[in-house]
Amino acid sequence: MKLKGEFNKDHVVSIRDFSIEEIEYVLDKAELMEPIAQGHETTDILKGKILANLFFEPSTRTMLSFEAAMKRLGGNTIGFANPDVSSSKKGETLADTITVASSYADIVVLRHPQEGAARLASKFSSKPVLNAGDGAGQHPTQTLLDLYTIRKERKEISGNKIGIAGDLKYGRTVHSLTHALSMYDTELTFIAPPPLQMPKEILRRLSEGGIGYEQHENIDEAVEDLDVLYVTRIQRERFPNEEEYLKIADSYNVNLETIEKAKKDMVIMHPLPRVDEISPEVDKTPFARYFEQAANGIPVRMALLSLLMGVEL
Amino acid sequence: MNDKKRAIKISPIRKGTVIDHIRCGQSLKVLKILGLTDVEIRDVVSIAMNVESSSGKKDIVKVENKEISSEELDKISLISPETTINIIRDYEVIKKQRVNLPKRVSGIVRCRNRNCITNQREPVDPEFKVISSEPVNIKCIYCEREMKEEEISENLL
Ligand SMILES: [Zn+2]
Repeated sequence: MKLKGEFNKDHVVSIRDFSIEEIEYVLDKAELMEPIAQGHETTDILKGKILANLFFEPSTRTMLSFEAAMKRLGGNTIGFANPDVSSSKKGETLADTITVASSYADIVVLRHPQEGAARLASKFSSKPVLNAGDGAGQHPTQTLLDLYTIRKERKEISGNKIGIAGDLKYGRTVHSLTHALSMYDTELTFIAPPPLQMPKEILRRLSEGGIGYEQHENIDEAVEDLDVLYVTRIQRERFPNEEEYLKIADSYNVNLETIEKAKKDMVIMHPLPRVDEISPEVDKTPFARYFEQAANGIPVRMALLSLLMGVEL
Repeated sequence: MNDKKRAIKISPIRKGTVIDHIRCGQSLKVLKILGLTDVEIRDVVSIAMNVESSSGKKDIVKVENKEISSEELDKISLISPETTINIIRDYEVIKKQRVNLPKRVSGIVRCRNRNCITNQREPVDPEFKVISSEPVNIKCIYCEREMKEEEISENLL
């Protein structure tokens, strides 16, 4: 059955292409996928369909989750996870690779080190393209699964005070999430050392849109009234030396002491992989939801695959 | 108004296009954008730089015999939004207008993001969506990176 109206996208390239209604629609569909994603029910709505996973840079977890999502829907996958085996090493353009791959498969999932690669692919592909991350650019399925997790854990996205911690200056995943959250009625708290704070341009846009936000230098001073704490990695490369990095990294560690100050029902999220930002001792507390968040990638990706293929459950 | 007459009086042209109020120092880039640096161009092109006017210094470009289309001229607004255009016939200004920023821009400027897919060997022209005209701000439709006036002028193709 072909869906009409609510979701008429040919490709999923950037979260900025989505209206709030379209986001909610995808999240509703993802909810319906849950029993199948968890293996309690089965379906074969995408039987006989082929997904091409084109991973020009390695990202094992993302690739596995697309593979799982496609197989849960009864479909098959082909692809590569190693750019060395791809023809781009032989000098083929991405445009050509996409033209050919889209003639082999029914849907193309692309991970690429260059920004804008997915938009370019969407112009050359004869089948739907799903962006699985392009360089420091967009990673819309990550943003959607983040939103899905917030909605699932907190019943609604609006009405929450959401703290985002880590590298807010260069972290484009964080920029996409901020953009998406700004479409809802949320209060935002940005937690980062001053050199890694949210770019002024983004803050200015939030103010113009009437979105309230706070800025803090460390997690401890911001944590007490948060409903959601979204932690991201601070990369070593951003610092001139190891000493500077360790000094900052230390104040960005979420541990049992941190959560003592938090509301009882606060939710901690992280896009993973984590390094030292969250101590393993936090994993067993009811605050930790980052593994559930990763698992939520399956129903969200299942929803997108079925919507793009125009097949309903 | 007065200074325009004076500017045209300096060396009036019989027929063609006078591009006036070009931001000081941008006239060579204007020629480049309009493709007037091409060796094939036969028409007389004259440039006046640092011309005094009531609103400070400006550059002027005159192209004889050629009535440049407003679509072409609108590209100038990317680097010099205050520019005005005078179409001349028989020494008279028959049409006068300000340049307007188009909604989309392609083929004039490359993306400032080195890691943008359009800066690789791919068969596409860089393409931008104009998100604001004052100040000029355009956004790459591929990598979504934004570029301001100065960056545009540094990245002309
Ligand atoms: Zn770009």
